[in-house]
Amino acid sequence: MKKNGKDTLYKVFIYIVLLLLAISIAVPVGWVFLASVKENAEFYGNPWTLPKGIYFQNFIDAFQGAKMGEYMLNSVIVTVLALLLLLVIALPAAYVLARYRFKGSKLCNIMFMGGLFINVNYIVVPIFLMFVDGDKFLNRVFGSGFLLNNLFVLALVYASTALPFTIYLLSGFFVSIPKDYEEAAFVDGAGYFKTMFSIMMPMARPSIITVILFNFLSFWNEYIIAMTMLTGESKTLPVGLMQLMQAQQAAANYGRLYAGLVIVMLPTLILYICVQKKLTEGMSLGGLKG
Amino acid sequence: MKHRKGRNGFIAVCVLPAVILFIIFMIVPTINVFKMSLYKWGGFSNNKTFVGLNNFKILFEDPKFYRSFQNSVLLIVMVTIITMVFSLVFAAILSREKIKGQNFFRIIFYIPNILSVVVISAIFSAIYDPSQGLLNSILSIFRGAKADPILWLGNQKLVIYSLVIAMVWQAIGYYMVMYMASMSSVPESLYESANLEGAGRIHQFFNITLPLIWTNIRTTLTFFIISTINLSFLFVKAMTGGKPDGASEVFLSYMYGQAYTNSSYGYGMAIGVIVFLFSFGLAGLVNLATKREPLEF
Repeated sequence: MKKNGKDTLYKVFIYIVLLLLAISIAVPVGWVFLASVKENAEFYGNPWTLPKGIYFQNFIDAFQGAKMGEYMLNSVIVTVLALLLLLVIALPAAYVLARYRFKGSKLCNIMFMGGLFINVNYIVVPIFLMFVDGDKFLNRVFGSGFLLNNLFVLALVYASTALPFTIYLLSGFFVSIPKDYEEAAFVDGAGYFKTMFSIMMPMARPSIITVILFNFLSFWNEYIIAMTMLTGESKTLPVGLMQLMQAQQAAANYGRLYAGLVIVMLPTLILYICVQKKLTEGMSLGGLKG
Repeated sequence: MKHRKGRNGFIAVCVLPAVILFIIFMIVPTINVFKMSLYKWGGFSNNKTFVGLNNFKILFEDPKFYRSFQNSVLLIVMVTIITMVFSLVFAAILSREKIKGQNFFRIIFYIPNILSVVVISAIFSAIYDPSQGLLNSILSIFRGAKADPILWLGNQKLVIYSLVIAMVWQAIGYYMVMYMASMSSVPESLYESANLEGAGRIHQFFNITLPLIWTNIRTTLTFFIISTINLSFLFVKAMTGGKPDGASEVFLSYMYGQAYTNSSYGYGMAIGVIVFLFSFGLAGLVNLATKREPLEF
């Protein structure tokens, strides 16, 4: 009987610790949502007071005054473009690298594996300089450069730097499929492309969804590359948010900042709630992120 | 399988785009990092002069670099130890005990991982705000309303620890979910026989759970060190910008500041090379130090 008492105490202790951690995560996030509908005057004094009413003007301010609406459109364009490019390029490559032996296939596999260890933070400045040089060259030849401040080029950089991880994840799946599928398809007279598109790709659907989820999050949230490559007026959401943070330090405009925060994190939160099972499962299958 | 015609064309169409993009946007810039570190090159003018290892010589006499080095090492050590210990313990609790609302906890704990570092930085700036911040307002209950506010991000000594908290907050859920997945593959029968022999929970954790998922812990540890170097850059860039007075500067933020903001490309890339070598050296060292005979189950 004594052991039972100790057990209950232990259980209660565990619950308290778990709840404390959950609170430390949920409360700050929830607080931002509440703060986003507060009027500016409400920010002076106790931060724990509930908003007096729903002050929706913050969001209008953020969307129009701070141009978060425009930045959001940019973010959507870049994220969608980058995801499309990534899938079109990485899927066939991963399939072939996993299932075909050819001259240089080993080298390719090693190369992409090595790519897992190259982090974009190291190479972002050389990429930027490459574009500066490229633009100078284009300027001489065509009279205008288009590599910097270009959403499509930014998407291309995103897709390219995501290749190693994506190929690694997809190859892991393609390797596990028995050879019989392809042999049967060939016997039936299907060509290489038909086999890939109508037999292998549909089977890879769960892995493809995992790839889309992870890369959506990383493209949507990315800001170092975006900050470096987009030097002009057009920005992505996280970069715009950083600008709001800096502006807030100068002229205390809290409501707008927290509205901006909600605008950036709401899409990821909604997506997460819809697919949280998939995401946490896919993670254990996908391994690690850099 | 017989090779049929069109095989090589098919392979080329599938692989070449990926290989070309990978070479242009990853291999070439990486080589450039090493190459540029040997040049003195500043501003947008094109006068590069080859200076050999001179950039590295300057670097080893740069007190600011040593400061960022110190900060980075401090962050790596503290964030790694705290995150690993907490996520392992929580994972063990959530996967071993019958906890009500297990799924609820898992969902909440994973949330920080899906947020942008900019969002997390903004949230923590609100928490750390000296006058209207959440943390100081809680502490004022104990310290009295008239006490001087604590400058979490403005104090040279405190700022690194404030960063540590934010980074642990961000990472803990991700590693917890990962360890839960690998712990769930440990056969239940081992725990049952341990129970019969009267081994306690803590004993089981150290003698069954940890040894059996050791391979997984090793891999995550190596990756964790590399990713902490990168993440500390993201946090510093968004949250403190190296302020106050360079007290929160880390490796890569110093590199970025030199190379991009300051336009001394050559010097910046020399920092990059050192950080690159350091992170791989450290990862290799940790990998060696944690080597154990893998256990089978």
